[in-house]
Amino acid sequence: MNAMAELSPYLVLILVGFLPNEIWRALGLLLARGLDEDSEIVVWSRAVATAILAGVIAKLILFSSGALATIPLSVRVAAAVCGFLAFVGIKRSVFAGVLVGEAVLLFGGLWFTN
Amino acid sequence: MSPPITFNSNTAAFFGGVKSAIFSLFFLVLMGTYIGIGALAHDFGLTSWWLALSTILVWAAPAQVILISTLGTATLFEVAIAVSLSAIRLFPMVVALLPLLRGERTRLRDLLLPTHFTSVSMWVESLRLLPALPREWRIAYCNGLAVGYMGTATTFGFVGIYLAAGLPPLFAGTLLFLTPMSFLMSTARNARMMVDRLALVLGLSLGSLLTYLHVSLDLMWTGVVGGTLAYAVHRLREAAA
Repeated sequence: MNAMAELSPYLVLILVGFLPNEIWRALGLLLARGLDEDSEIVVWSRAVATAILAGVIAKLILFSSGALATIPLSVRVAAAVCGFLAFVGIKRSVFAGVLVGEAVLLFGGLWFTN
Repeated sequence: MSPPITFNSNTAAFFGGVKSAIFSLFFLVLMGTYIGIGALAHDFGLTSWWLALSTILVWAAPAQVILISTLGTATLFEVAIAVSLSAIRLFPMVVALLPLLRGERTRLRDLLLPTHFTSVSMWVESLRLLPALPREWRIAYCNGLAVGYMGTATTFGFVGIYLAAGLPPLFAGTLLFLTPMSFLMSTARNARMMVDRLALVLGLSLGSLLTYLHVSLDLMWTGVVGGTLAYAVHRLREAAA
């Protein structure tokens, strides 16, 4: 079933994008007294959010769509690994990691598609 | 950069916030991330105005990426669950931010905008900068900061869509690659506790495995199972220590 085909894209945005996201901010506003950053529920919710985001990252790299899917899987994985190693090696710099990953992807892509 | 200690008016405090947004490290991070998200939106056939509205209303890059990348293939229910699970972290962030903003005469409605504006970039910078400011200017300053970030994100979302539409596939592919790469690195950088690192590794593996096996609600299970496992290991280690 394709979600976008059923309703207008803007209604979909409100219903499954804005509302399920905003509810946590609203709860924070209503219950915002006496929860500190190291309380157990906060640690758990951060772990869940981190895992789900990691799942999205893996999907985007391994099961790419569109233009990214035209670049071979091996090149995408190699680029992600090189980028991460650069991030770890160069003072945990996000900028350096992204730059190296993108460079490997670009040259690997050029190499394999020509 | 430390902000000026005082302002003459709420307007001055607001623009002080906008200015520090534009000159902060997050400007570059948001630029790269939203060019990537723009490319993603183009890839999934969404318009630039839809993306701009999603940036203003959702205002959380992970939720937007989940929304954009799953709308075409998942049911509405699955999309809503995945978006909502990714957003739980906003709850403790709001809880931690509001005590910094609240003064004796602060009304609930003064806190509505800062609550909606809460996201990683604004939150990190607010917690760093607000303590140095007198309480009376904090809400305006914080709103300015968030408007600066949101404006940056919205603008570069448009840029990403137009670039992706005009570039050859290889270059459009590198734009799409910006999102997973910047998320991977910034999540790893924020993961200072063992439980967060473990959640990252478990999420990467479970997410790949469940997608490969075509398990329905794959993202929900990745979050709940991966996150809870990481949390359980963390508790066991604490108990053993």
